[in-house]
Amino acid sequence: MPEQDVCDLPGIVARWHRDPANLVQILRDIQEACGTIPSDTIDRLAALLDVPRVRIESTASFYAFFRAESHGAYEILFSDNVIDRMAGKETLKQYFCERLWLEPRKLSEDGLVYVDDTADIGLADQAPALLVNGYAIPSLDQARLDLVAELIRAKKPLAEWPPMLFEVPDNVRKPGPLTGEAFAPGAALRALIARGAEATLADVDLANLRGRGGAGFKTATKWASCRKAEGESHYVVCNADEGEPGTFKDRVLLASHADLVFEGMTVCARVIGARQGLLYLRGEYRNLLEKLKSVLARRRDAGLLGQNILGEQGFDFDIEIHLGAGAYICGEESALIESLEGKPGKPRNRPPFPDRCGYRNQPTVVNNVETFASAAKIAERGGAWFAAMGTPQSAGTKLVSISGDCRRPGVYEVPFGVTVRQILIDCGAEDAHAVQVSGPSGTCISFREFDRRIAFEDLATAGAFMVFSRERDMFEVARNFTHFFAHESCGFCTPCRVGTTLLKNTMDKLAAGKGSAYDMNEMKHIMHILRGMAHCGLGHTAANPVVQTMEKFPDAYERRLKRLDFEPAFDLDGALATARLITGRDDEWAHLANE
Amino acid sequence: MSKTFTLDGKVIPFEEGETIMEAATAAGVYIPHLCHHPEFKPHGSCKLCTVSIGGRLGAACTNRAEEGMKVESETEALNADRRSLVQMLFVEGNHVCPSCEKSGNCQLQAVGYHLGMLTPHFPHFYPARDVDASHPDMLLERNRCILCELCVRASRDVDGKNVFGIGGRGIRARLIVNAATGRLADTDFSVTDRAAEVCPTGAIIRKRYGFTVPIGKRLYDRHSIAELPPLPAKRGEGRGEG
Amino acid sequence: MSKLRVATCSIAGCFGCHMSLLDIDERLFELVKAVEFDRSPITDIKHCGPCDIGLVEGGVCNAENVHVLKEFRKNCRILVAMGSCAITGGIPAWRNNVDLWDCFQEVYHYGIGLENGQVPNDPELPLPFDKVHPINEVVRVDHFLPGCPPPADAIWRFLTDLAAGREPRLDYEMLHYD
Repeated sequence: MPEQDVCDLPGIVARWHRDPANLVQILRDIQEACGTIPSDTIDRLAALLDVPRVRIESTASFYAFFRAESHGAYEILFSDNVIDRMAGKETLKQYFCERLWLEPRKLSEDGLVYVDDTADIGLADQAPALLVNGYAIPSLDQARLDLVAELIRAKKPLAEWPPMLFEVPDNVRKPGPLTGEAFAPGAALRALIARGAEATLADVDLANLRGRGGAGFKTATKWASCRKAEGESHYVVCNADEGEPGTFKDRVLLASHADLVFEGMTVCARVIGARQGLLYLRGEYRNLLEKLKSVLARRRDAGLLGQNILGEQGFDFDIEIHLGAGAYICGEESALIESLEGKPGKPRNRPPFPDRCGYRNQPTVVNNVETFASAAKIAERGGAWFAAMGTPQSAGTKLVSISGDCRRPGVYEVPFGVTVRQILIDCGAEDAHAVQVSGPSGTCISFREFDRRIAFEDLATAGAFMVFSRERDMFEVARNFTHFFAHESCGFCTPCRVGTTLLKNTMDKLAAGKGSAYDMNEMKHIMHILRGMAHCGLGHTAANPVVQTMEKFPDAYERRLKRLDFEPAFDLDGALATARLITGRDDEWAHLANE
Repeated sequence: MSKTFTLDGKVIPFEEGETIMEAATAAGVYIPHLCHHPEFKPHGSCKLCTVSIGGRLGAACTNRAEEGMKVESETEALNADRRSLVQMLFVEGNHVCPSCEKSGNCQLQAVGYHLGMLTPHFPHFYPARDVDASHPDMLLERNRCILCELCVRASRDVDGKNVFGIGGRGIRARLIVNAATGRLADTDFSVTDRAAEVCPTGAIIRKRYGFTVPIGKRLYDRHSIAELPPLPAKRGEGRGEG
Repeated sequence: MSKLRVATCSIAGCFGCHMSLLDIDERLFELVKAVEFDRSPITDIKHCGPCDIGLVEGGVCNAENVHVLKEFRKNCRILVAMGSCAITGGIPAWRNNVDLWDCFQEVYHYGIGLENGQVPNDPELPLPFDKVHPINEVVRVDHFLPGCPPPADAIWRFLTDLAAGREPRLDYEMLHYD
């Protein structure tokens, strides 16, 4: 998208009902139109929305995808999950930069292109991948990057780029009830209307459906509590902020089974008495937006959304899509609500929980994409059918996103209770040495634990399943994750804001071969502080990758330790380099042995 | 008959809806804190007031008191962890106490003294932060900001001005002001604002008033923050003043 | 009982902590009965041998500071960071956000009264670090005695506690960061 000096600010603001709560969406639209969010635009926006400028600036500076400085006509962001790195991302990025004669994180001299990294973009099964002006291009290799470079040099508008670059296959390797069965839009709603809301809620209860975002809270309990809660209006929010590195199953559900998801939301709306729903789609899934909007339009036309759904008097419900703007923390439900309200995505103090005080301080159900899809199937086929799958405590199936060292990466719909070993066989990972279950915030398991099961009672998971073979360096895996958490910490609470950066710095120190046992103990101490005192799940789990790999793969750390006792916090000789340059000295006294 | 809970074994009465912090403060029991201020809505960000509530850790300033709950605060383990938090606050900013006008009256320092912090311990970040001296009466010294958002809340909720906000995220979070220039002088901030006196450190401080009280007579020179009355004194009487 | 051997030094500091040490006044007599000074500005001994206690004033701002600090760490059973600069970098650390190039330019090229100034390159001059650091970022430190300077009473208490083999404990009024 070419840069413009001005964008139709009043138009954008009107499109979002002049509502400051839609600020994130307004800023997204400004940026898509202008390429940046300039300071004077913030002033004009403050006047149009009648909110203080400082509030807009808070929001605009919080999200990774918003920027005040131009990134040129083409902004290229390489996905930087460890899986992308294993697939050669660093080399390819360097190759790409050389092709275009540019340096990362520096706008090209002609002001045309900017290259940087970004957190995992939900394409670990097709790594390495990148975003160009927010649109995903998977399965990078030299040939594809050559093409991208050529298109940029020719200044071809993104709309004219070959569509094949942006094709993202679903890679469903093992289909199940959600991903493999045909679903007739409206089927769940008809069953709901026939049985009534109360009976449907009872069915969701009977099904023992638990939240698929990882925490596993019982869905029926959440719905029932929200249904009972008093408020001016109730809301249904679908959490499609699938930011956990290595997770991409919601991408597939939204790309190919959106009816199931929207229908689940509509079922929920009927049960709790909501008239409005919101789907919070992570910014990295921008390429799904038009398709999802068209599904919504089709459903409106078919009487599955809007007024008097399926002719049922008073069954009114519609869904709006909000896009995120690059913030993992917004996957936390209260941060997501803050973001929906136009604010920085900082988790709220709880209680109260969203079921009583959520979006616009009204009773709100927030569920994961897969939870709503499952709810639709339950409404259609009944709770007993669902509960018969999986284990007693973990009913139904789970979508697992498999990536890394395996022959068939992709989405696997498995019954709960399946062993890690079985999944590894299914995906062709005979060489597996370790698996990161449920992403960086989840659990790292070693080959000794492959008989553990995917289930809330054993390995709870939001869906990520990153496989690492014997050749992989688990220290580097953990280090990548510490960088991720430091980048994604919202900065609200002391332990996480500072602790995640301390962890990152210490891991970098070890990586540079300058670590000691002192540093290892320090990291354990920081983990203790994070677990006990951080404000939300991000902080509680941010040290998990380090602590777990330390425990399960001690060799990966020990061989990096320079000595057991103590090593300086910084590179002594390196810290003299500037002075050497200025004085032109290189004598013996101008150096410090890092002995 | 009012309800009660126990705090380190002591019976604390509370009114329905009160937080642990509010009830403890009313009962004259000090729980270390920095972002909490009785005048403003609980914030829960500094985490210094983390207590054990029946074995689960939570912030005393945001958790409501409940009948019969057992709360622990003055334990060696909790104070050690609180000390780590204060150390984190010290290394993430540039807190040079010897040259700070707020020294002796600074709550960050005082909490450090209370917890027996002898060293910031962690490697210093030495961040590059802006000092804004543009305002005629007030200095904005971001090196000393601990992001407690008391000024944000005071300006928004009491002064009705929205002079302050937090920009950025993570370790790059910073105090921003309501002006396109980014200068405090270009906001409607005034020395008479409530936001001008709530800063617990020397980040927002009155110009020309430094070092007026001799060492030894400053607020926290002789008395621990835990021993001093909890409610802030009014303007000019010390606690919020430099 | 044999005397404790104590070494002291001021690296990137102002000797204020040493002044405060001398401020223990008449207790100095007690002190010299109990301790013997090794390397110290007080004795003018240039290198230290094995000691019981090392008191380090000042942060680490250049290569020579590191040599001194490592000598202390090697020879002192108990190493104490004495004063704000040793503990946080202190006032000298204010330069941490000034670019070293700008520092040198200002001092040697553009300073008032300078003509044809040149940056000296004599190997005898210690080379400065990009940033000033507290000493615990360079060596392991056993104890911290804060203050700018630490009050004489605090130093006295600290030393007598250490001499008696106790964990040093400061009274509330003795603990200061300034």
